[in-house]
Amino acid sequence: MANSYYDPADLRKFGKITEWSEELGTKFFDYYGKVFEEGALSAREKSLIALAVSHVVKCPYCIDAYTKDGLQRGITKEEMMEAVHAGAAIESGATLVHGVQMMNKYNKLSM
Amino acid sequence: MHQLKKAKKPKTKTLHARKDELASANRQLEILNGGLFAEGELPSFKDKISEIGHFPLRPNRLEILQINVGYMCNITCEHCHVDAGPGRKEIMTTETMEMCLEVIRNTGAHTLDLTGGAPEMNPHFRWFVEEAAKAGIKDFIVRSNLSIIMAHPKFRDLPDFFKEHNVHVVSSLPHYTRGKTDKQRGDGVFDASIQALLELNERGYGKPGSDLRLDLVYNPSGAFLPGDQAALESDFKNALLEDFGIHFHSLFAITNLPISRFLDYLIASDNYDDYMYALVDAYNPGAVANVMCTNTISISWDGWLYDCDFNQMLGLKVASKVKHIKDYNEDILNDRNIIISQHCYGCTAGAGSSCQGTVA
Repeated sequence: MANSYYDPADLRKFGKITEWSEELGTKFFDYYGKVFEEGALSAREKSLIALAVSHVVKCPYCIDAYTKDGLQRGITKEEMMEAVHAGAAIESGATLVHGVQMMNKYNKLSM
Repeated sequence: MHQLKKAKKPKTKTLHARKDELASANRQLEILNGGLFAEGELPSFKDKISEIGHFPLRPNRLEILQINVGYMCNITCEHCHVDAGPGRKEIMTTETMEMCLEVIRNTGAHTLDLTGGAPEMNPHFRWFVEEAAKAGIKDFIVRSNLSIIMAHPKFRDLPDFFKEHNVHVVSSLPHYTRGKTDKQRGDGVFDASIQALLELNERGYGKPGSDLRLDLVYNPSGAFLPGDQAALESDFKNALLEDFGIHFHSLFAITNLPISRFLDYLIASDNYDDYMYALVDAYNPGAVANVMCTNTISISWDGWLYDCDFNQMLGLKVASKVKHIKDYNEDILNDRNIIISQHCYGCTAGAGSSCQGTVA
């Protein structure tokens, strides 16, 4: 067993999850592939969304994968960083909007 | 409009100037055949194409004669598979050019493709182009790095010269942003390239509907594979038109092969293993039948014959009785096995890669 939770080499083995559950694994990868095809959104736009979400869910595999994907698509570092900030802003906003709950509770409990 | 700057001196040195061990073709082949492939971690290219009955790899009809007129170049790109640069002295002589012209006049190939280095730096370049153009070959390509046109006053009239001889200009541009281009090619190269593209456009090159063909070549500026060629072409077209008012015809997305300076970069940046995994993972059996060595002969500055420009840089001469332009015989040459190694994965990755872009 590896002595750390994350090994960059494991990303290459992602497809192996299908070996232990072929039906679900295959369905997942079919779905995954379909999601990132050109559609109402371009594959380029979806790559930037994926990069932002990768940071929000703090998935190191996904960050490696979608940084590389962005480079392959010719996406610039400025575009990538703006996408990360969009994700970060939503994440911090999601924390801060709970401040209203705190304020509500504070006000309710206070004379 | 962006401000354009003058090209400055190159930032990297050639492997030859550095006396780096990777200047040796044999050392490169040792690396390519060792490591992950020797350990059985990754399948060899030979095993991979054997699975689909393509070993030995054989030529189809000869379509392209690619002539490398010398390794001298005004710039020193980090990814260069030729290890070209200002200090390289390998230059094709008129004697070898005469032999090439004889072949060009009699070949069945429909495309003549001049490359380098910067082919324009060969002192006999213009004479050679004038003579070759008389042979009436259908598609006459010169691979220009663009910045050469702005490098010295004596090259400024190249756009007119190209037009006069109906040359099809194919030019490298790593990215439509200054930062990414200059990082790969040297400070100021982007602005010089933009200026050169504007000059070519002014002569009618690259304009919609124009017969004066101007295509761009995109190489990834790092340890990653090129994305979808059509999507990249669309992004390049939009950005170059919006930022500079520049037109071009097609974009060829070319994969960097793990040889010479790109191999050096991969090893130095600790990306070599991952890059080889990526190439093998992206192997597309559908690209094998049309890899460029099946329709191309590559001729070196000193007249030797190779299956492709990459094999030329690895010193792998054709496996044929005919090995030199002085003995050229198209029928004998076409009846040969193509020499392969692990670098060939670069031409079968994804949609495939050749000097004319994707192949699958």
